[in-house]
Amino acid sequence: MTVKTIAVTVNNVERHVTVKADTTLLDVMRDELGLTGVRAGCRRGGCGSCSVMIDGALSFSCLTPAMRADGRTVETIEGVAASPSDLHPIQRAFIKHGSSQCGFCSSGMVMSAKALLDRTPKPTRDDVVEAISGNTCRCTGYASIVDAILEAADELSA
Amino acid sequence: MYRKKHVEFPENTPQSFHAVGEPVTRVGIEGNVTGGLKLTEDYAFNGLTHLTMVRSPHHHAKIVSMDLSGAEATPGFIRALTAKDVPNNIITPMQLIGIGPKDERIIAQDVVRYKGEGLAAIIAETPEAAAEAASKVKVEYEELPAVFDVEEALKDDAPIITLHGKNYFPYEDHHCRRIRFGDVEQGFAEADVIVEQRYDTGPVEHVPMEVTGTICEPTADGRFNVYTNTQGLFFILALSSYVCDIPPHKLRFLGGVTGGGFGGKVDGVTEYLAILGAHLTGRPVKYFYSRQEEMQISSTRAGWRFYIKDGVKNDGRIVARKLVGYANCGAYNRLVNYGVTKGAAHVPGPYTIPNVYADMHCVYTNRQPASAMRGFGVTMMDFAIESQMDIIAEKIGVDPWRLRLINAYKDGDMKAHRKEAEGTALIEVIQETAAAIGYDLPEDLKALKSYA
Repeated sequence: MTVKTIAVTVNNVERHVTVKADTTLLDVMRDELGLTGVRAGCRRGGCGSCSVMIDGALSFSCLTPAMRADGRTVETIEGVAASPSDLHPIQRAFIKHGSSQCGFCSSGMVMSAKALLDRTPKPTRDDVVEAISGNTCRCTGYASIVDAILEAADELSA
Repeated sequence: MYRKKHVEFPENTPQSFHAVGEPVTRVGIEGNVTGGLKLTEDYAFNGLTHLTMVRSPHHHAKIVSMDLSGAEATPGFIRALTAKDVPNNIITPMQLIGIGPKDERIIAQDVVRYKGEGLAAIIAETPEAAAEAASKVKVEYEELPAVFDVEEALKDDAPIITLHGKNYFPYEDHHCRRIRFGDVEQGFAEADVIVEQRYDTGPVEHVPMEVTGTICEPTADGRFNVYTNTQGLFFILALSSYVCDIPPHKLRFLGGVTGGGFGGKVDGVTEYLAILGAHLTGRPVKYFYSRQEEMQISSTRAGWRFYIKDGVKNDGRIVARKLVGYANCGAYNRLVNYGVTKGAAHVPGPYTIPNVYADMHCVYTNRQPASAMRGFGVTMMDFAIESQMDIIAEKIGVDPWRLRLINAYKDGDMKAHRKEAEGTALIEVIQETAAAIGYDLPEDLKALKSYA
């Protein structure tokens, strides 16, 4: 099987990883780089838990061949907060609204929210619902998640 | 059993309570939103091996032969586990509190009883190698007649599908959990109207976002670190000790972080084989369900069927209830027998009915096993009971609010399973609900109270 070393900038750090043709970006994040905040919920593009941004575009890392990330930048949940004591407004809003119960979907939810607010600073409620439509939550329910994202949008665009 | 009595706390004023209606920050939520939360699958181990099950394509079949040679020749194959490798290959979760019979194989032996039951565990260097090796195991089956419907399974000519020889879970040697309270036939004779109805509920999958799984790491001192996302950490430690014949002090369970459970991670499933695999290979073993296995193999909420016959007076008082219920526990009972007992205690619902007769069955079929899920036993019973209340209300032309309030149980009432009702509050909850949605109850209903 084809093996190749790729160069990928992950959360602002350039990393070199040797991958096979069928290695997914999800496996590189979790197994090679230890970024286990990228969750493996279904490994078939059904739940959104593994969402990352590739060159700013939201992607399911479980469906992305790692080789496609060669030479590109990837942002994961671990890169969203400036520091552990300086969380992103989306993360602070999730905490305030109790938008996370078991926590498994939260990484993907925050990434989808960030991808939305990066391009649409003043989204409508429908925009937010659409933006997280690829993310499944099984315990919190979606209302508090949508509330949190709208509040973060207000803070970021103020 | 401890029951909370009605107690006054004079030092507590309404102003001293602040939790209800106010946000309370979830403990550890910062880890949830930053990706720092460490779940079971997030722990890394040197030399980690991967376990995949060979599963039955048949609902019910005799295992004629199994040939592992193709798997053994697959690059990356380490070891297979079959029934003979499991020291105590028959359990039931509630054996820990003396309830039996034991009915479930950890690995199928001679017979498979549901589609997807595991016949062999393949341990390999990579998930891909494990899957490839598992695909090369050759099994010869002789298909047996299967049964899926609860009432079909209890017929005299139904195929017997359990090891203990009955298609029902025995309750103190009876074929069902029974309630006999008052004289139900006399109650029907006194009734003005008889309301009979059948209710069915389907099985439900929990769908946790995190699939069920375990990683077991053997340690240099001969113990085992068991990383698991089970909801029943100590419960499963005790069962694992029995199944694997390893003393409990050698098993160190690490968990408590569960990416959604809802009852689906109460039964031990992946723990036993991860521990045995680590014991027999000396390597860390990871056994996680795929999403497909989570949906098709893991336990579900049981599907239920109820037949309810109620005798009702024209003013709405329910004077007799006869209920026959069936829970479909699938091929192995797990915790459904407990749900059936809870359901039996809930036959009158939160209402006082003077004459009650109930037969509640826990029935084996060739479905995937059912088990715990959020209020199991009571939840499905409530669906049937409350649907029945609305049908009664419509049939006799009584307001459904009135029907519920005049039948509501009160402190001191004797329930059908002979426990005195305490701390009841159905009347007050309904009154508050009506007020909250702007429904003005008649004065005689506003005056009702649950306690003297």
